[in-house]
Amino acid sequence: MNALRRSALWQLSRARMVMFLREPEAVFWVFVFPILLALALGIAFRNQGPQRSAVGVEQGPGAAAVERALAASPDLAVRVLAPDAARVALRRGAIAVLVRPAPAGPPVLIYDPTRPETRLAHLATVDALERAAGRTDPLAVRDDTRVRPGGRYIDFLLPGLIGLNLLGTGMWGIGFPIATARQQKLLKRMIATPMRKTDYLLAFLFARIFWLLLEVGALLLFGWLAFHVVVRGSWLAFTLVVLVGALAFSALGLLVASRAQTIEAVSGWMNAAMLPMWLLSGTFFPADRFPGAVQPLVQALPLTAANNALRAIMNEGAGLAATGWPLLLLAAWAAASFFAALKLFRWE
Amino acid sequence: MLEPSTAFPAALSCRGLVKRYGDVVAVDGLDLEVRPGECFGLLGPNGAGKTTTIEILEGLNRPDAGEVSVLGEAWGRGRDRALRQRLGIQLQETKLNDKLSVEETVTLFRSFYARGPAPLEVIRQVSLEEKRGAWVVKLSGGQRQRLSVACALVNQPEVLFLDEPTTGLDPQSRRQLWELIAGFRRGGGTVLLTTHYMDEAEKLCDRVAIVDHGKVIALGTPAELIALLGADHVVEFAVEGEPDTARLAALPGAGQVRREAAGWLLSLRTPHVTIPALLAELERQRLPLLSLTTHHATLEDVFMSLTGRTLRDGA
Repeated sequence: MNALRRSALWQLSRARMVMFLREPEAVFWVFVFPILLALALGIAFRNQGPQRSAVGVEQGPGAAAVERALAASPDLAVRVLAPDAARVALRRGAIAVLVRPAPAGPPVLIYDPTRPETRLAHLATVDALERAAGRTDPLAVRDDTRVRPGGRYIDFLLPGLIGLNLLGTGMWGIGFPIATARQQKLLKRMIATPMRKTDYLLAFLFARIFWLLLEVGALLLFGWLAFHVVVRGSWLAFTLVVLVGALAFSALGLLVASRAQTIEAVSGWMNAAMLPMWLLSGTFFPADRFPGAVQPLVQALPLTAANNALRAIMNEGAGLAATGWPLLLLAAWAAASFFAALKLFRWE
Repeated sequence: MLEPSTAFPAALSCRGLVKRYGDVVAVDGLDLEVRPGECFGLLGPNGAGKTTTIEILEGLNRPDAGEVSVLGEAWGRGRDRALRQRLGIQLQETKLNDKLSVEETVTLFRSFYARGPAPLEVIRQVSLEEKRGAWVVKLSGGQRQRLSVACALVNQPEVLFLDEPTTGLDPQSRRQLWELIAGFRRGGGTVLLTTHYMDEAEKLCDRVAIVDHGKVIALGTPAELIALLGADHVVEFAVEGEPDTARLAALPGAGQVRREAAGWLLSLRTPHVTIPALLAELERQRLPLLSLTTHHATLEDVFMSLTGRTLRDGA
C-alpha cells in the first residue's frame, strides 16, 4: 500500500466520490436534469425575430389597392377576407385589424384598442396606408436592431441554474448521506475506530468540490455549445463565487442533517430550507419583481447572492471587485451554518 | 460474585456499572472481568442490558456510575484514539455502505489504523476473496456479517467486541462465523460477545455471564452453569390433567419440576432410573401421557431455572 492509499482522508473522500457516481438518481438530478431544463427553457423562450401583425382586408371595390399598400410593409401579414369571414377572424383574434375599403375617401380601420398588440398592428397599418398615399417622412431615423448576446433569457437562466445546482447538490449531497449513515448506525461504527472526526467531515467537503467541477463544467459546456452562453467577466471571480457558494450550501446541508435521525426528517428539513430559495431567489425570473417589503429577506438568501453574482460575472462582465458583497454574504452563511452544525452534530 | 483475579490483569473489567434511560434502568450495578485470551459471553434475553454494557466497554456510551477499564486504560482521559487502535468492534445492526465493494470497504476501515494486515489478507481471513469486487448491496446476510467482522479485524485487535454476531443468520453462516471467531482466538485475541443463543455461548465461550434486568445473575464456564441445575438431563412432557408435582420431584434422581407453555419440565441426573419411575408415577396418578422428550441440559435450562422465563421471552 502506498501512502495515499493508507491515508484515511483520501479513502473517505474517494468513497464519497464513487458512492455518489454509483447513484444513478443523483447523477440524473445533478447533471442531466439541469441540462434538460436549460434546453427546454432555452428553446421555449428563444428570441424568434420581429413578429408580423396579422391584418385583414374586407373584400369589395378597392380591396386590391389596399392589400398592395399593406403588403409593402415588413411589419404586416395581409389577408383578403369575405365580410362574414373577416368578422369571425377579428372576433377570434386571428387578425388584429380589419381594413374596410370605402368607395370614396380613406378606408375604415376596425380594431379593439384595449389590447397592446392590436394597437401595434393599427399603427403599422396606418403607417403603411399613409406611405402608399404618398407621405414623406420629415425625419429619417436609422435603426440598429441587432440582438446583443448576454441579454437573452437563456443568458439570464443559465447562471440561475448553476446557483440552483449548487444549492441542490450541497443539501442532498451532504445532508442525505449523513442522515442515512446515522440511521444505519454507520456513524457510530465510524467513531468506534480511531478515525478523526474532522477527516470524516472534510471528506464530504473534498468530494463536494470534485462534483462541483463536474456539474458546473457540464452546465457551462452545454450553455456554450447549445446557446453560446459565455463567461464575460473574471474567471477568478466566477470560480470564487462557485466555490464559496458550494461551501455555504454544503454547510447548510450539514446543519440540516446534524441531528436528523431518519431520512424522512432530513428530507423535511431540507425542503423547508430550500423552498424559500426556490421561490424567492430569482432563478427563473428576476428577484426584483417581489415587493419591496420582502426584498431584505430575498436579498439576504444565499441563493439570491449566488445568482446575482453569477449573472453579473457571466452577463455583465463583472470582476472580483463587483462581487465582494455577495461573496461576503455567502462566506457568512457558510461560517454560521458550519459552526452551528458542529455545535449541534450528533454521531448517533 | 466476582473474585478479583490477581494472577492475570484483566483485559476488560467494569465495576458497579449503572446506566439509566429516563426511568428505565438498562444496567443496574453490573460487574464483569474478562481475562486476556478468553472468550467471554454475555448471555441474556433482549432488553437485558447486554448491548448497553458492551457499548460502555467500547467507549461508545457513558455510564451514569461505575468504573470501566479496557486493556488497563479508561475512556475519556485523552487517550481514546490510541486505545481504539487496539480494539476491534462490531456493532449490532450496522449497515455498511451499499455501493462500496468488499475490498473498498475493508480498505477504508484499514486506513483508520496505523498497523494491521493488508486488506486482501483480511478479506481472505473471512473467506470473501471471491466477493472482493462485489458491492455490499449484493452480499447475503452471512457475507455482510463476515464483512462487518473483517472491518473489526483490520487492525489485528487485542480485544474483539461482537454484539449479537449471528442474530438472523442461517445455520451455515453461523458456523462460518464461529469458525472465524475461533481463528481469531487461536492468534491469542480476547473476545467479548453478546448473544441470546445459548448454543452459541456454549460453543464459543470459555466463561459466560447470564444477564437479566441489567445484572449478572450467574457466572461461570458453561459446564459450571449447567451444574447449577443439579442435573444434566431435562425431560419435557405433556399430560392430560394436573400432575402432583411434589410426588414427581420426590422421584429417584429427579431435580426441579417446572411448568412451561407446552407442558412440564423435569430436570434429572439419571435418565435410565428416573424416566421409568416418572412413567410409573404418571400411570399411578391416572394421567394419560401426550408427549415426552429428553435433552441434555443447556444454558437455556439454566436461564429458565434462574428466572422462570425463556431467553426468547424478552425482558
